[in-house]
Amino acid sequence: MDGIYLDNNATTRVDDAVVAAMLPFFSEQFGNPSSMHSFGNKVGLAIKKARMQVQELLGAEHESEIIFTSCGTESDSTALLSAVKANPEKKEIITTVLEHPAILAQCSHLEKEGYKIHTLKVDEKGRLDLDEYARLLSDRVAVVSAMWANNETGSYFPVLKMAEMAHAAGVLFHSDAVQAVGKVPIDLKNSKIDMLSLSGHKLHAPKGIGVLYLKRGVRFRPLLRGGNQERGRRAGTENTASIVALGVACELAQAAMHYENTEVRRLRDKLEAGILARVPRAFATGDVDNRLPNTSNIAFEFIEGEAILLLLNKFGIAASSGSACTSGSLEPSHVMRAMGIPYTAAHGTTRFSLSRYTTEAEIDRVIQVTPGIVAQLRKISPYWGETGPVAEDKAFAPVYA
Amino acid sequence: MWDYSDKVKEHFFSPRNAGALEDANAVGDVGSLNCGDALRLMLKVDADTQTIQDARFQTFGCGSAIASSSALTEIIKGMKLDDALKVSNQDIADYLDGLPPEKMHCSVMGREALQAAIANFRGEVWNDDHEEGALICKCFAIDAVLIEETVRANSLSTVEDVINYTKAGGGCSSCHEGIEEILVKVLAERGETFSPHNVELPEAAKPAKLTNLQRIKRIESVLDSVRPQLQRDHGDIELVDVDGKTIYVNMTGACAGCQMEAMTLQGIQEKLMADLGEFVKLVPSRAGSLSRAASRP
Repeated sequence: MDGIYLDNNATTRVDDAVVAAMLPFFSEQFGNPSSMHSFGNKVGLAIKKARMQVQELLGAEHESEIIFTSCGTESDSTALLSAVKANPEKKEIITTVLEHPAILAQCSHLEKEGYKIHTLKVDEKGRLDLDEYARLLSDRVAVVSAMWANNETGSYFPVLKMAEMAHAAGVLFHSDAVQAVGKVPIDLKNSKIDMLSLSGHKLHAPKGIGVLYLKRGVRFRPLLRGGNQERGRRAGTENTASIVALGVACELAQAAMHYENTEVRRLRDKLEAGILARVPRAFATGDVDNRLPNTSNIAFEFIEGEAILLLLNKFGIAASSGSACTSGSLEPSHVMRAMGIPYTAAHGTTRFSLSRYTTEAEIDRVIQVTPGIVAQLRKISPYWGETGPVAEDKAFAPVYA
Repeated sequence: MWDYSDKVKEHFFSPRNAGALEDANAVGDVGSLNCGDALRLMLKVDADTQTIQDARFQTFGCGSAIASSSALTEIIKGMKLDDALKVSNQDIADYLDGLPPEKMHCSVMGREALQAAIANFRGEVWNDDHEEGALICKCFAIDAVLIEETVRANSLSTVEDVINYTKAGGGCSSCHEGIEEILVKVLAERGETFSPHNVELPEAAKPAKLTNLQRIKRIESVLDSVRPQLQRDHGDIELVDVDGKTIYVNMTGACAGCQMEAMTLQGIQEKLMADLGEFVKLVPSRAGSLSRAASRP
């Protein structure tokens, strides 16, 4: 075994079949799809095929609703900026406190330009209050953006229902679905979702390719202008090899959808139950009955995530953490804070995210080594006594800087 | 992943002096709100000789927080209290062959725990006067609170002013948007508006594209410039090695082990950063060169 990779919500291994499919587009199929000659024509056909493969996975009504971009973040930015430019008289945006920075940072930038941002709060399981949402919907709102599944906990937002509510109020609805696409069935043609973002590298395609789904008829303003690519909605020469790769990855994801929701789910459940049974004072975060089949986020109380990751890494196990120290910014996870997880637990949150390549032996190994790692760190934690948390009257209460 | 030195990793994976100290008579409990880390430092102090006989720690924190705690206990064991109070966070970082700029606050927490523990032993109340903000300038490890306070105290109004007073923004210049935001806020407090313009970076602060040889010669010439001062105090400094951002030096003569060594090194490190226009760590070689040489194939 060369390492146990349980960080598939961060990025995934490119499937061998995907690599094989994209390679010819670096060499013999190097043409520019916009060219008139046969070098370009074949490439144009390959892009068309990829577009249909993406369309199929998303259940989109028309292939022209698929716009290839460079990444999920570009898709998110394009969606928000297009919505506000296409609706200049509307000066409000509704989003949620759990969104990815690709949405939140763009929203706070728009706030500086005079937009009013309504950020929906969540409860301790990360669930929205749809009454609050309903009250905020009005003809002053340019766009609603809510993620399909959270990257840290895997929990779903009720985006189909939220899209219907937005539609009824005449408001555009965007969903950042980079964690959901390929893991849950999606049928956009029967939804009121106007725009949706996906990112290739989350579903075994390469990094540097994304998609913005744009429902036919939705008013749109491009982020990049300058060419007729993507019907003028995203100028710039196509990243042909990666587009072809994404198409194949979508087809493979479609074929593995059942496996993802049965076998991968079973392994995830086994992992979570196995760890929680062996480690005291640990709990799964998020809306655990309503989440992606591949994600388990466990809070280990009284220890810190980066330390957990460094020790897991020693055993060749790759996971990720909501701890402050693992992000470049040193900010603790906004997702855990928004759910009101106390920070002696939030700092110890560890996310295990599986893929269709994860094996039973790997899961058994992680269940075997994790309790020892947690015990080792608790032994040097000032919050932890001999066998459990320090008694309340002697509780550790440091002076904070 | 963080660029931790081998020594940080070693102290994290095998921390020294971890766990409770039963007969401690000096305890310092501190935490950093910024990152949520917390540390309990426990000392056994001999009241007659005012000497630290034993030191242990418990830490809730990341790899570098645990390594900093471990290093701190190793440094202070056997020290007299008055000497221990002179241990700076830079000493802790140096002991570990440096910390990434984002992680320097872990060493600050170590120093604060030490001050708190000694205050506890002496029956004094320890007050923390240190506030941390989000890291703005990653080249020189300068946070928002320091920039904001400097802008306010000196009535600064441009990004150039901030570079001149704090060095923040004088390196890669990626953080200028963040600095401008602070200027907009503080200028608004005093009823002024920030006027944006292109920043002329001071010549010396531009990260020069130097060959290794040129870079080492620049480092030598900075060391030469401080040498007369050191020699006046019957000491000297010599360059041992340069490994990426880490510069190893030998302090010799009266400078070796001198109580002012840490301050001297910090001053020289700042001079080097200003001259090279990049973040560098100046590390006394006895703390690292031997183990590094041994670990190198």
